Amino acid sequence: MENKKIATRQSYGEALAELGEENENVVVLDADLSTATKTQIFAKRFPERFFDIGISEQDMMSTAAGFATCSKIPYVSTFAVFAAGRAYDQIRNSICYPNLNVKICATHAGITVGEDGATHQMLEDISMMRTLPNMTVISTSDDTQTKWAVKEISKIKGPVYLRLSRYGVPVIYNENEKFEIGKAVQFGDGTDATIFATGVTVIEALKAKEELSKKNINVRVIDIHTIKPIDKEMIIKCAKETKRIITIEDHSIIGGLGSAICEVLCEQPFSALYGENYFKNPIKVERMGINDTFGKSGKADELMKYFKITSNDIIEKF
Amino acid sequence: MKITDINQLKKIANNVRINIIEQVYKAQSGHPGGSLSIADILTVLYFNQMNVDENKPDSPVRDRLVLSKGHCSPALYAVLAQKDYFSKDELSKFRNIDGILQGHPDMKKVPGVDMTSGSLGQGLSVSNGMALNSKMNHDGYRVYCILGDGEIEEGQIWEAAMTSHKYKLDNLCVIVDNNNLQIDGNIEEVKGLDNIEGKFKSFGFNTIVINGNNIEQLIDAFETAKTTKGMPTAIIAKTIKGKGVSFMENKAEWHGKGPNEEEYNEALAELNQNFKNINV
Repeated sequence: MENKKIATRQSYGEALAELGEENENVVVLDADLSTATKTQIFAKRFPERFFDIGISEQDMMSTAAGFATCSKIPYVSTFAVFAAGRAYDQIRNSICYPNLNVKICATHAGITVGEDGATHQMLEDISMMRTLPNMTVISTSDDTQTKWAVKEISKIKGPVYLRLSRYGVPVIYNENEKFEIGKAVQFGDGTDATIFATGVTVIEALKAKEELSKKNINVRVIDIHTIKPIDKEMIIKCAKETKRIITIEDHSIIGGLGSAICEVLCEQPFSALYGENYFKNPIKVERMGINDTFGKSGKADELMKYFKITSNDIIEKF
Repeated sequence: MKITDINQLKKIANNVRINIIEQVYKAQSGHPGGSLSIADILTVLYFNQMNVDENKPDSPVRDRLVLSKGHCSPALYAVLAQKDYFSKDELSKFRNIDGILQGHPDMKKVPGVDMTSGSLGQGLSVSNGMALNSKMNHDGYRVYCILGDGEIEEGQIWEAAMTSHKYKLDNLCVIVDNNNLQIDGNIEEVKGLDNIEGKFKSFGFNTIVINGNNIEQLIDAFETAKTTKGMPTAIIAKTIKGKGVSFMENKAEWHGKGPNEEEYNEALAELNQNFKNINV
């Protein structure tokens, strides 16, 4: 693991400019936040394919839908709270229902937005976006994975929600790492517990794994970069093999990663998950995340501690 | 095939009105008032103005139409059926579980529908995207967007109007179906909505006010819009809600319901009688 920290919004901006070079059908729309969402890198290189729609996210989302009906591949960016929240109906009715090829790349998700506070900290977007038919939902954990995702989603025909963050995180994957949409990444094969994480919490889970191993507690970490369609096989396999499950996300525990994993598990036949030993050794799921509350101002690191989504908070569970 | 004969266009518009009444009667739901008010607008667009081919509904260079007031789908379906985009038999399955014609337009189910709509206020933004694409690709196609007057109470319309102006979308023509009525009553009473022309003018549109139920005035306005450069055009089409069926005219109650058998027969009798007033 390198020490250099990179926010996934930065990785997005850089990969998007590269994608612009490779695919001339890509157009980019922003709503007066291109310096923050990093779409300005694309804008400088391809001004004729960049559209600053101004502070009007609903207009931006529907304009992208119009482009998509004409075979363009629009990448649309703003903060997650304004994309999934303010423009929800536009995403639902003008993008997902007609299954249009719009890539919604939402930066500044979660409490790790930091100082801007609750109004800007989107904690419900995974929940809202994954209920929409036709939508693919991706939440990346580092620079390498984000750069892969930005390009990979251009190959999917249909709407995608890519959840990105402002918070700098270390690079987890080397640049040759192979990812696949819908396939989670497994770290280790410890059987004491599985920690499912997504986005900025993946590095926290990995730190916890390392610390716990020093105490002879062996956990595995699963990076769920694709929340929808979710990797059911991986979830069921880990549930069987470790019995104990912890989920951790910079998102509300209602409707997010933790909920998605519980949905998979609760639909499995008892015999498949537990064999003969249900009462002796039941599967237990603990959801870590923002517990049905709004965020607040503070530094991102401080807020992660305050809302108990750090590696230490995981370690304390053991 | 472009139809220039005014009486022939009037006849088609009358057939469209008959199709509208048949659809909402059969479905016993739907929106006859606003559909009847735009029957002439859609007839002129599809039979006289737009560069479209029913055999190539997905042509990348075709002119586009976004019916932003999607609840008036019966009018669009009637025109598309009259133009043979799909069989007229489909009209009898409007809003039916076995049909393709949804309550609101669905571009994935119906040939000729350029954009899914229904949630008000979104169509002008979509039209901007289409018009921007036309300019980027030098495709030369035009985009028509039909808005309800009540619909422009949605804030997104004005977000979109600023975008149309910013990009000088002279290949975009907005038509406001100004029939003055919305579900809860008169647009001035419900939302204090007046001076629609002034509003669009101040947002940077070339504006044209016409009688939107008059075929000749519609053709003239669309021709003017085509030759207007450097700015988008908004045609404020003064129309009569329920136009062509006397007992529905100017009545907000006919916004969203189907007629009973007696009303249906009365409406059809009036529309059939109307053919005699058109000299073909």
